[in-house]
Amino acid sequence: MKIILDKQQLHLTISRLAHQLLENHLNLNEVVFIGLQPRGIKVSDKLMENIRALYPAEKVQYGILDITFYRDDIREALHVANKTDIPFSIEGKKVILIDDVLYTGRTIRAALDALQDLGRPQKVELCVLVDRRFNRELPIQPDYCGKAIDTVVSQKVKVEWAREEVVLY
Amino acid sequence: MQLSTKHLLGIKDLNPQDISTILSTATEFKGVLQRQVKKVPSLRDVMIVNLFYENSTRTRISFELAEKRLSADTINFTASGSSAAKGETLLDTVNNILSMKVDMVVLRHSASGAPHFLAKHIPAAIINAGDGINEHPTQALLDAFSIQEKLGTLEGKKVVLIGDIMHSRVALSNIYLLKKMGAEVMVAGPPTLIPKYISEAFDVKVEYNLKRALEWCDVANVLRIQLERQNQVLFSSLREYNLAYGVSKKLLDGLKKEIVIMHPGPINRGVEIDSDVADSKQSIILQQVENGVAVRMAVLYLLSGAKNS
Repeated sequence: MKIILDKQQLHLTISRLAHQLLENHLNLNEVVFIGLQPRGIKVSDKLMENIRALYPAEKVQYGILDITFYRDDIREALHVANKTDIPFSIEGKKVILIDDVLYTGRTIRAALDALQDLGRPQKVELCVLVDRRFNRELPIQPDYCGKAIDTVVSQKVKVEWAREEVVLY
Repeated sequence: MQLSTKHLLGIKDLNPQDISTILSTATEFKGVLQRQVKKVPSLRDVMIVNLFYENSTRTRISFELAEKRLSADTINFTASGSSAAKGETLLDTVNNILSMKVDMVVLRHSASGAPHFLAKHIPAAIINAGDGINEHPTQALLDAFSIQEKLGTLEGKKVVLIGDIMHSRVALSNIYLLKKMGAEVMVAGPPTLIPKYISEAFDVKVEYNLKRALEWCDVANVLRIQLERQNQVLFSSLREYNLAYGVSKKLLDGLKKEIVIMHPGPINRGVEIDSDVADSKQSIILQQVENGVAVRMAVLYLLSGAKNS
């Protein structure tokens, strides 16, 4: 077991990601933030807290997306569907997808498919807390990355929200 | 995550956990049906055959729509115009269809137990879309979903099933489901249409007076008088049935609270339910139809045959 980000580093990293997102998107009216169910929601919640604190007057559009029905391994195992809640149109918007750990890239592939069914965004960007950069199975890369780490397949990366740590098992 | 059963033959075989899983999955599919693209790729490589040996509008269209929304491939089979009319047996028909690599079979049949028979003989997942006077599980699931949507929960709610309990597979499936989910159930109708020992067999209340039944309940599920299943005269005329057991606006206006009115369709207007009641805002009949697609999507998705969970 190895701690990748401790409590203080986790806070700083999320705060940095929030700043980077705002730096690249000066007009928040064009932007929608979408957290990925189930594990991306914690990160996206924290990011939204940061962004709303930095720009209290702006209306931040924030939704959550479940990709269960778009998985490519449905024949292997069924998964419980989670809630999708996107109470606004993504048509013509800049979508920022938020997840905790980017690993094989398959979740993001499914999320891109799911997004297509909700409308045609102008642009989609990806923001992740941790990037396991050498384990990709699809050509997908993050636009914003909290921390890139080198891992092997047998290892597990988990964000322990109770202790506010990112741990490599 | 998986259901405790490989087939959906009846609500009888499901446990409360299965029912909750189906209903919560249906909630998510209902969300899908409100999107711009009302379709998901979940069952992309799954072949489903709809075998309808008995007439149906709602159920068949609803299943077909659910399959298409899930991106499954479908074949439709209706008994008239097929080799069943030449005398081919059910098992032969299905085996022939299965040799064309079918993963799931949705079966409607006038013989009670037909889906159970198929489930024993063929490897595909069987979904009962109504068998004789036995069960109609997806109807009960969509009824439960609609009640839950309207009232928040099933637990502790008082539901009365009105009309032809004897010949109704909808009634039997509803009784099983509502009891398993903690609702209180009453059956109401003329004594000739209510099986004699039903209260002992299923722990349901029996009421022969419609007004008292409506006063008791939160939800009234009005069943269709099944003229095609009655070879004997169980009440003297449709007019008389309407006078004694038809749900009318006058009756509902006389109640202390507003109850929810349901009907599995097709409606015999002016027999078991009056038009002004069926079309009133108390009635959730059209929501039931809408919810039917989401519930059937959930059932198909959950039974689509994942290797493990």
